[in-house]
Amino acid sequence: MSGAAFVTLIAASSGLFAIGLFGLLLRRTVILQLVSLELMLAAGGFAFVVAGARHGGAEGQGMFVLVLTVAAAEAAVALVLFVRLRALADSADSDAFDRLRG
Amino acid sequence: MTGWAALPFAGAALAAAALAVTRANAVHAVLWMLAALLALAGAFLALGAPFAGGLQILVQAGAIVVLFAFAVTVLDLSAEAVARERARIGWREAAPAGVAALAVLAPLTVAAVSLDGGAGGDVGPIGPAAVGRLLFGPWMLAVELASLLLLAALIAARHLGRRGEARR
Repeated sequence: MSGAAFVTLIAASSGLFAIGLFGLLLRRTVILQLVSLELMLAAGGFAFVVAGARHGGAEGQGMFVLVLTVAAAEAAVALVLFVRLRALADSADSDAFDRLRG
Repeated sequence: MTGWAALPFAGAALAAAALAVTRANAVHAVLWMLAALLALAGAFLALGAPFAGGLQILVQAGAIVVLFAFAVTVLDLSAEAVARERARIGWREAAPAGVAALAVLAPLTVAAVSLDGGAGGDVGPIGPAAVGRLLFGPWMLAVELASLLLLAALIAARHLGRRGEARR
């Protein structure tokens, strides 16, 4: 991979991360914030794979597998929390979940 | 592997992601996220990373999107609710979020442009065998930690999602 292609693809992964952050800040529906988070995690994994392809090592894909594990665990716990809180607060907005009580 | 072959896929992923975070209808948002993740899988295959590409399709675009498809069923997706959501993502709300995202993007782009990437060049595809030798050799501890993380997530999801009266 040429250096220019490497820089362009790393910049593209940064752009994907920024789009995810934009969505996270813009949306107030919890599930759409989780969609944005998922895109941010995918951007991080993309950067690892690009760097691995540049250097010719398997480490990039190895780190991608670990990022994927975190993404799967995060999605499972976050979505079940969302479904439970949705039933409790009768709202899908993260604004509605502003009070902690034991 | 020239690397440029992955660029159309990366562009498609960016466009689909931009659509995903701006759709008023949550089902459309999840479908555009699926498109973005599949485009990324195409980029991985074009980069000579078939193992990452396959995992991206199976786990990220498969299993995780199925979770979202289930969770989206608890949302109110009537026409009024979608119109209300559309009214909440106008320019007034998008401007500060866009400024914050650009503030993060700018240093990331500067850092990306200043990368020289070190020693690189034309390397062939890196297949699953090489990744497996890495993960089950020197990275064994990381794989065991990842399995513990998944077990914890499984137990937490089972515990939180159990039926019965919600505790207050």
